[in-house]
Amino acid sequence: MAGIGHNEHQDYQRRLRMAKVVILLVIAILGFRLWQLQIHDGSHYRELSEDNRTRAVVREPARGLIYDRNGVLLANNVPSFTLYVTREDVDDQDALVKELTTLIGLDEDVVGRKLSARGGRFVPKKIKDWLTLREAAVIESNRLSLPGIMIQAESQRNYPAGTTGAHLIGYVGEVSALQLERPEFAELHLGSIVGQYGVESTFDRFLRGRAGERIVEVDAHGHEKRTVTVDKPQAGDDLYLTIDIRLQRLAEELLGEEFGAIVAIDPTNGEVLALASRPAFDPNVLSRELTRPQWEEIVNDEGHPLTNRATQGQYPPGSTLKIVMGAAALETKTVEPDTDVHCAGGFRFGRRVYRDWKAGGHGKVDFHGAIVDSCDVYFYTVGNRMGIETMAAYMRLFGLGRKTGIELPSERIGIVPTPAWKKRVKQEIWLPGETISASIGQGYVTVTPIQMAQVTAAVANRGVLYRPHLVRAIMERRSGRVQELPVVARGRLKVRSETLDLIRTAMKDVVTDGTAKRANSPLVTIAGKTGTAQTASIRIDTEDEDTPKKLKDHAWFVSYAPADEARIAVAVLVEHMGHGGSAAAPLARRLIETYVQLPPAQRDPREPKSVARPPVDPERGKDQHA
Amino acid sequence: MLDGVITNRALDHFDWRFIGVIGAILLLSIVSIYSITYTQSDVDIPIYAKQVLWILVGGIAFGAMLLVDYHKIARFAYPLYAVMLVLLVVVLVVGKTSHGAQRWIPIGPFAFQPSEFAKLVLVLVLATYYTSAPREGWLQRVVMPGLIMAPALLLILRQPDLGSSLSFVAIYIAIMLVVGVRSKALDLILLFSLMLFPFVWEGVWGALHDYQRERIMAFLDPSYDTGGKGYHALQSRIAIGSGELLGKGLYGGTQSQLKFLPEGHTDFVFAVYAEEWGFVGVLLLLGLFVALILLCMDIAERAKDPLGTLLATGVIAMISFSMVINMGMTMGMFPIVGIPLPLMSYGGSVTVATLAALGLLLNIKRRRLSLFY
Repeated sequence: MAGIGHNEHQDYQRRLRMAKVVILLVIAILGFRLWQLQIHDGSHYRELSEDNRTRAVVREPARGLIYDRNGVLLANNVPSFTLYVTREDVDDQDALVKELTTLIGLDEDVVGRKLSARGGRFVPKKIKDWLTLREAAVIESNRLSLPGIMIQAESQRNYPAGTTGAHLIGYVGEVSALQLERPEFAELHLGSIVGQYGVESTFDRFLRGRAGERIVEVDAHGHEKRTVTVDKPQAGDDLYLTIDIRLQRLAEELLGEEFGAIVAIDPTNGEVLALASRPAFDPNVLSRELTRPQWEEIVNDEGHPLTNRATQGQYPPGSTLKIVMGAAALETKTVEPDTDVHCAGGFRFGRRVYRDWKAGGHGKVDFHGAIVDSCDVYFYTVGNRMGIETMAAYMRLFGLGRKTGIELPSERIGIVPTPAWKKRVKQEIWLPGETISASIGQGYVTVTPIQMAQVTAAVANRGVLYRPHLVRAIMERRSGRVQELPVVARGRLKVRSETLDLIRTAMKDVVTDGTAKRANSPLVTIAGKTGTAQTASIRIDTEDEDTPKKLKDHAWFVSYAPADEARIAVAVLVEHMGHGGSAAAPLARRLIETYVQLPPAQRDPREPKSVARPPVDPERGKDQHA
Repeated sequence: MLDGVITNRALDHFDWRFIGVIGAILLLSIVSIYSITYTQSDVDIPIYAKQVLWILVGGIAFGAMLLVDYHKIARFAYPLYAVMLVLLVVVLVVGKTSHGAQRWIPIGPFAFQPSEFAKLVLVLVLATYYTSAPREGWLQRVVMPGLIMAPALLLILRQPDLGSSLSFVAIYIAIMLVVGVRSKALDLILLFSLMLFPFVWEGVWGALHDYQRERIMAFLDPSYDTGGKGYHALQSRIAIGSGELLGKGLYGGTQSQLKFLPEGHTDFVFAVYAEEWGFVGVLLLLGLFVALILLCMDIAERAKDPLGTLLATGVIAMISFSMVINMGMTMGMFPIVGIPLPLMSYGGSVTVATLAALGLLLNIKRRRLSLFY
């Protein structure tokens, strides 16, 4: 060939041999890289490919059912359709949102917000529940043009009794991001339904069940190819409450449109028979996804329907506290039962006169008369002699100033005031006059209706302080066994039985001869104590029709029946209704009369057969279910 | 000189090893393409069947390139180059657009990709240029061939087809290096730029921000990573890595079967193969490619004249560059540029062009033997 010498060709060949080394070197690097990917990091990539290939579809468990003490269904599950979107599988999010907007009229912002919720691209996000059958059908028929969407038939919580028992049953809702960080919700995921109120919340770990999982193989577009494995969900345990729904309904009807609370307890064991708080809410509404205006309406309602007044309402006990103060006076021998106190309608202390509710006074009053007629001067006198520390000690003895331990969230404890308490909370010193006010349940003392029901039940059963409880038994889904919950006695009141007898006799006469004659029933002997809780710092004539309602006193009545062998203890509080004797006592009477006349309800076959209970042990299982 | 005559003696020396290695790679290719496309029912002709057709056409091209003396072929280098330039202009005018690039000329139901053939023509042109007259000095050895190559390179960049453009430059540098540029410094620079390409790429490219890379790549190659955020690169790495030692078995590659890996039968066929056959299968394939390249190198070294050596060099550069870049990009060592894996990826033009180039190589070997008649 022209111009190319032999030497040059040899030169090419020499260079080619060098090139061979270079190419082999590069291929060796490729080989090393392959070793790195497939052998060294192979298991890591295998895992990634598995994650790619499979999706875990959560199968929500059926939530446990809730029954009343007679097997009446209070909470169950009904089927509903829920729309999910897996972001990873969505090709064009904007188009999808638009499509959904036109198909079923969703709000674009809401959908956008839900899609960007925490949990990663691969987690199906709940977009809307309670789809109508028509909406579900429309989406299903457009499914192929909407990659990433999924309609899941799920069960939705339903409360057949509506607002009845709302505060004690509670409602459910999606677990919040905040809740997810707590250990008891560790096994849950975003979108899980948990109890948010009432026993739904406190017994959530029983009711909840265990979620199952279906592992499906999906292609890159998110379409399911086949099911790989199925792990069935485990339904939640059923609850049997101590509540009698008939009594519960009556208690709520008795309150009617008034704000207030009624608590009825079986004094022999602490079972709560009814726990009413008005105004109430509809748990069916709250268990669904609320819109912001709906939620704001509930939160800003002046009646605070979400407050359970029975366990969270803190009111001055008024004269109902005389039960406790009377016990304190006798136990500390401040007075003897027959010690007379002269009541002239006022008690002079320093420069101030503390008035009795009865303008002319009660004249000569002994212990019995002081309770029957609710003489304030008598208690001003003994209170002044005992001093605030002794009074506080007896209030605590009766369970005031601490939680009763009822299985409801956010129970309030009220206030048992002492000088130390005042210094801590108000940074002020205790004034001697405040002891006088406290002795008739005014001033700083506050209690909750459930606490007063507990006090009354303890007097009714001659001194055992049972923890009020709402759940009798749990039907374990896994074993099918019915697990009775132990009755917890928190101890016996350290009060002599003679003292209790004197109080009990007096309370019986309160109804027959005293301040609560309107509670007198021909059907059953009722014992009780009225109370009127001042809401304003000055005494206002609450019977005067011109007094604005919100300044009126709260009416209290605590009672039990039958007086000798009590089967029910009732605490009634009606806000701003004036005297306990007129406003609250008749409600208690109606409730008690109904209770003693109730026919035994048809028992649910699943209900616990044996009503025998384990022996009462005050220590064991104290806060087991709190 | 005797040329253009096939004798029985020549057939005796027909290189069965060479054919065998090529055939083995093609077999693995058809199996892999079948595995990834056999479920596609919405096409008239199954893709693997089309690929078999392309291999048959490629076989004819292989035979044609083998039978005509390469000196005769080289005589047509410049006219062929002119035709190629025309085709590259035509593709820009009437070309079919796919993935944002205009690379194909539709012919009936098929699409013809001139840039694949342009590589082979470039090999012919450069080899002819260097051997047709003494080329001395860096002007004749470096600048002139660069100028000759420039129009085709620019037309291909215009499509745009970054992968083919890079192949062009690789072929140019490889042939120039073997010829030698009579400058130690330039020699070294060229050698290092070829050798260190992967590492330099990692160093410079890896140091850029994601958005910078996206912008550069979007400018150079709109088909680059349409999913964004390195999705393809990641899925490809997962496919290869998850194959582990023994692979997931034929049809068992979940990455590719479930379409997490795009373009499974074309640019990413290596990842499909690696996922289903594992490290063992990959070593087999790499071994076949090494064997092929060594056989080609042998032909290049023992060619009877400089033209033969340079033609072989160009073909080796064309095939091995594509192989290294394709495998490297599926393994996440380079950015994703549209370069097919020769003999493995589905594609009519690339298959026919590659087989034609290999035919040319065997031709060079046969002429060496014929010298001794």
